[in-house]
Amino acid sequence: MMVRFAKRILRNRLAGFGAGLLLMVTGLCLVTPFLGLPDPNVISTADRFSLPFEDGFVLGADHLGRDILSRLLWGTRLSLAVGLTAALIAALIGSLIGILAGFFGGKLDDLLMRSVDVLMAFPYILLALAIVAVLGPGLMNALIAVAIVNIPFFARNVRGVTLVIARSDYIAAARLSGRGSISLLLFEVVPNLWSVIIVAFSTTVGWMILETAGLSFLGLGSQPPQSDLGSMLGEGRAALITNPHTSVIPGLMIFVIVMGINLLGDGVRDALDPRLAKGTLQRSSPVTQVLRTGQPAPVDTQSTLDVAGLSTEFRVDKNPLRAVRDVSFSLNGGECLAIVGESGSGKSVTALSITGLVASPPAVITSGTVGFRGRDLFSEPFDVLRDLRGRRIAYIFQDPLSTLHPLLTVGAQLAEAMVTHDPRLTKPVLRRRAISLLEDVRIANPEHIMMSYPHALSGGMRQRIGIAMALANDPDIIIADEPTTALDVTVQAQVLRILDDLRRQKGVGLIFISHDLNVVSQISDRIAVMYAGQIVECGPSRDVLEQPAHPYTRALLASSPQIGAGGGLPKPIDGGLPRPDDLPAGCAFAARCEMATDICSASAVELRGSASREVRCVKWEAANG
Amino acid sequence: MGRYILFRAAASVPVLIGITIIVFVILSLIPGDPATAILGSYATPENVARLNAQLGLDRPLVQRYFIWLGNLLQGDLGRSFSLNRPVIDEILERFNATLILSGLAFVMCSVLGILAGVISATRQYGLADKLITFSVLVGISVPSFFLGMMMILYFAVNLRWVPASGMYALYGGGDLPDLLHHLVMPATALAVVATGVVARMSRSAMLEVLRLDFIRTARAKGVRERRVITRHALRYAIVSILPVLGLQAGFVLSGAVYIEIVFQWPGIGRMLVDAILTRDIMLVQGGVLFVAACYVLFNIIVDLAQLWLDPRLGR
Repeated sequence: MMVRFAKRILRNRLAGFGAGLLLMVTGLCLVTPFLGLPDPNVISTADRFSLPFEDGFVLGADHLGRDILSRLLWGTRLSLAVGLTAALIAALIGSLIGILAGFFGGKLDDLLMRSVDVLMAFPYILLALAIVAVLGPGLMNALIAVAIVNIPFFARNVRGVTLVIARSDYIAAARLSGRGSISLLLFEVVPNLWSVIIVAFSTTVGWMILETAGLSFLGLGSQPPQSDLGSMLGEGRAALITNPHTSVIPGLMIFVIVMGINLLGDGVRDALDPRLAKGTLQRSSPVTQVLRTGQPAPVDTQSTLDVAGLSTEFRVDKNPLRAVRDVSFSLNGGECLAIVGESGSGKSVTALSITGLVASPPAVITSGTVGFRGRDLFSEPFDVLRDLRGRRIAYIFQDPLSTLHPLLTVGAQLAEAMVTHDPRLTKPVLRRRAISLLEDVRIANPEHIMMSYPHALSGGMRQRIGIAMALANDPDIIIADEPTTALDVTVQAQVLRILDDLRRQKGVGLIFISHDLNVVSQISDRIAVMYAGQIVECGPSRDVLEQPAHPYTRALLASSPQIGAGGGLPKPIDGGLPRPDDLPAGCAFAARCEMATDICSASAVELRGSASREVRCVKWEAANG
Repeated sequence: MGRYILFRAAASVPVLIGITIIVFVILSLIPGDPATAILGSYATPENVARLNAQLGLDRPLVQRYFIWLGNLLQGDLGRSFSLNRPVIDEILERFNATLILSGLAFVMCSVLGILAGVISATRQYGLADKLITFSVLVGISVPSFFLGMMMILYFAVNLRWVPASGMYALYGGGDLPDLLHHLVMPATALAVVATGVVARMSRSAMLEVLRLDFIRTARAKGVRERRVITRHALRYAIVSILPVLGLQAGFVLSGAVYIEIVFQWPGIGRMLVDAILTRDIMLVQGGVLFVAACYVLFNIIVDLAQLWLDPRLGR
């Protein structure tokens, strides 16, 4: 465990460098007494301000002719000892306060945390000064001041984590079983606090060394003849201009120590707090990366939108997650194509891939074309694609609470959708159009809604705003990704109605993505069923729903509740999707299919049939030739 | 909104009271007798007793606190014995200098820090990001007082670009260009650490925001990337950067102590250090209280700014 942790820290090259710096400095400190250096406090006025490598002084001498190297090493020992002691004291007392406040709660928590709040109301350095003012100048007093000032930080962090643990079901159960507070505290709570304490320690120890050095620099810490790095720097300041080496040397030493601690501390935090580690916090670029091998095939010029052989994968670990595999479909104005499948089947990634909106990294489009009016979108420069987004191809997303900007008014977001594609639009025009868009989606008092923020509106209202935003530029294609899933049934019906009217009246091509065949049956002309990133069945809605050809489609139909069907309870599909980084060679559904035989898993199954009805199943192929 | 402001202001009253208690109590704990300190060790016991009565030091602690608080509310912070003048006069005279210094440093650390953080986040793992991340690491590791000294050596002594110390030129100065000429170096030295902290926080706040769904929505609308970053991502990230700015305000306000010493800037920080070394308790008390109160007030402003930027709060 310790070894693995250390390895994880050292994998980070900078942290390793920091650890190296610190090891070197502490190593030097440990051997200082055995180096045979001159006494750091012996004054020799004849040698005042000797330069480095002069008169036998390796790093020169200070204003009293004392050996700087010797003073530096002894000073470093003192600074490190004081800083670390202060950090340990702060960690101990702060954690204790945090544990007591978090575990026992109630009045004790109030009292402790209010006091901590008041301490935190002081600027950090000011409080340290006030404490030194009380105790009087001196290294010990500076140590105490710096420790006290850092107690609140530990108390707050530890309390937060303790609170979470103390409220966990596990602790509640243990309490019910009659275990005493002390035993719970010692054996269940404290062992889980190490990582937060270590993180807090690594964050503050550098500051504490800086801070004690600072107090000494001001003359409030170590008093002569005893001197740490801070007071060396403070004494050197008087001769800064004439003999800079007396201040540069101790200053650099402080810098090296703190830098080493910070580098190592970052490594510790990355290793202990996985959320901060590399990879998880990756920025997404404005367009999905396209890495196609070879020359892309020419696109179909017949249909408005033609997706051919699209494959998208996520490159996270060694094995890529293949989310979309060789998906093809086309769509014309006024048509509605539904893409149906379980969550994780690749339908949303397919939809987002069309205009390159899949977060990248880690997503990469590895093959295929998206033809829009005869142009391959992946071959066009980004600005062409960006200009098509929202203007010709618009999206409606699932959860409008997270997909609308929470801090911008509805009106501002609607106006932005329009002004992005036509900068000449003036404010009054934008306002008039936004109001009429809201009326189009049957919002009763558009003037009022325009000034509202998304969080103040209901789910149905927000989704209608999402639709209004998609309609803003009269697009040719609207891609609706689970637009009704977050809504309750009555609102669902209203939203479906609006979408259906739009495509009939305005001739918009609609791609409707859902996991729910009941919803889809109300609106779509054609259905494509996806499983494990592939289309497994595609055809006219009625055919697919009434005569499902693929076993997965049948299972999906059987699993969804149907009103008045009388077929008994919905039947869930056993098992789960295959892992996208470890897909089987043959049919991806074989493992869950009741009809599966050896031949299903033998080799890849092709999508077969006529243009109007395609199925990816060996059995169907055999039966329908 | 108005109600929230009142509520927020009211909530800070206990904190302010807590501050006065802490300042009063810890400074009353000081060992030794202030009267003896003032009169010197040759004072007669009668004189010491008379001065103690005059200063009200013979009364119980609680009573003294309320007398002190009453005076405080009337703007009377007592009298500095080392300067032989009212503490409040000295503070007000010096506060301007500190405010100018830390004000500029605060603006620098906010603007540069956020800018660096945004650039760093939008070019994650690119050259700019690596350079900024490294500079930030150096920036937060270098002691500001050491940095200040090195800047004096290089920019004032070697290059002779700016004066090494003081706030105004001794002869003929006193106007704004003269002030800026003196101010730029100390303000920069003071801002470096805070800038690093703000840049770090801004970078991670931006990276978090750029993964959120509404950013994808903005891109799906066809919004230009520059605008996605500024209007959509930064607008949202600012809300979580603001509290960090509040903390940095405290840092530049109190960290000014070092810079004022290094650059001989006539501010409150230098006054405090001198007062501590001469054991001028009244002056320490007044100075600490004044700066802490400013910090509390500033944090109220930060809270209100947060409320103004995020309509979801305060409802």
